[in-house]
Amino acid sequence: MAQLLVLVGTRKGLFILGSDGTRRSWSIDGPHFLGQVVNHAVLDPRDQRTLLAAVRAGHLGPTVYRSEDAGKSWAEAKAPPAFRKAAEGERGETVSHVFWLTPGHTSQPSRWYACTSPPGLFVSDDAGRTWSGVAGFNENPERIKWCGGLQDAPPDGATLHSLHVDPFDAKHLYIGISVGGVFESRDAGASWAPLNAGVAADFLPDPDAPYGQDPHCLRVHPAVRDVVYHQNHCGIYRLDRGANRWQRIGANMPKDIGDIGFPLALHPRDPKTLWVFPMDGGTVWPRMPIGGRPAVYGSRDAGASWKRLDGGLPADQAWFTVKRQAMTHDALDPLGLYFGTTCGEIWASFDEGAHWQCLRAHLPHVYSVEVASVA
Amino acid sequence: MKVVLPTPLAEYTAHRREVEAEGATLAELLADLDRRYPGIRFRVIDEQDAIRPHIKIFVNRAQADGIARPLAPSDEVLVVAALSGG
Repeated sequence: MAQLLVLVGTRKGLFILGSDGTRRSWSIDGPHFLGQVVNHAVLDPRDQRTLLAAVRAGHLGPTVYRSEDAGKSWAEAKAPPAFRKAAEGERGETVSHVFWLTPGHTSQPSRWYACTSPPGLFVSDDAGRTWSGVAGFNENPERIKWCGGLQDAPPDGATLHSLHVDPFDAKHLYIGISVGGVFESRDAGASWAPLNAGVAADFLPDPDAPYGQDPHCLRVHPAVRDVVYHQNHCGIYRLDRGANRWQRIGANMPKDIGDIGFPLALHPRDPKTLWVFPMDGGTVWPRMPIGGRPAVYGSRDAGASWKRLDGGLPADQAWFTVKRQAMTHDALDPLGLYFGTTCGEIWASFDEGAHWQCLRAHLPHVYSVEVASVA
Repeated sequence: MKVVLPTPLAEYTAHRREVEAEGATLAELLADLDRRYPGIRFRVIDEQDAIRPHIKIFVNRAQADGIARPLAPSDEVLVVAALSGG
């Protein structure tokens, strides 16, 4: 039976929860990289073996580690993501941290992408051993403008936080940039175009600005072509390509909950089913469950209607945040959902959100949760 | 020459705090260190050749402000992971 791994990136290291396909009992392995920030850890679904982790110690520069034995041993990338060395007199940039890692298209088995803060895009064609900048983005003369000038950094820095490869077209890439917007490339990253029509940006003077919106979490459906969702600073959106204008499906959320949040998860077999974790985006943006009562909200009809899913979650006085990379799913049936909190808890539901249980508490502040299956 | 390293870099040197490396400048010394302990340079020097914000490098107890600093064979180099945060 395949083993299920839950990869938990935290502010102080990487933890790996393990179970068999029954999901009845869970082991824990770690911490790996104790004391270091692990923004993201991803196991390559193409070979079910290569595991990459984005690691940064408080004092040291950012890097990427690789494992080919589910974390038993690690080797550092020989050339981690880094911006081009600036010419004399030119302003150079430095990678603060690697935020996002994603394996490439199935037709490119050694390809990975890395996204960074400040917003930068990097590619590896040797399974994460060496990385180089994607010039079409990093050297694009529009990039700094797209990213709001880089000085308007959110708490952890302006970030290129998501990249998805169109599963039906290796050259078609989607990216999400905090306070920048969604962009797409149809030529493997050589050129990019904003994709933000219909997305609100109540912090910009121009309601129809071509970019500058603030996507928090971007998801592309893995099995049904051209279905894209995203959780934004200003709402929840769906885009069915062909069309280029996002629809605010979060407008159908209960008015006392609203549609602000960070993570969003898609059902890998049903393009109309998704889950979000609403948070308080009022006043100073507490980024906490509304009223201290955490709940996942799920939709089975592409966001036309939503259902509160809080069975087993704390009834009140629960004040944590679920970060944008910290909610995901497995591939089993019924689908398992998982989220991690800034209080160091890992919650899971094995009935698609109806009931939740806490798999693990007392971990460090959770930055990311990914699920992998290993043979 | 003798190079003293901070604990965050220990995994690169099999936990040796004092190592030997050569170079006529800090840049050359760091390149030699990286040959001996692959990956160590990028953790303390960024891609623009600047010393990272929370790292300080001292040569004979005087802080170096960049990696162009000349070195003599008798110098001692101390790399410090500066105290920051809590």
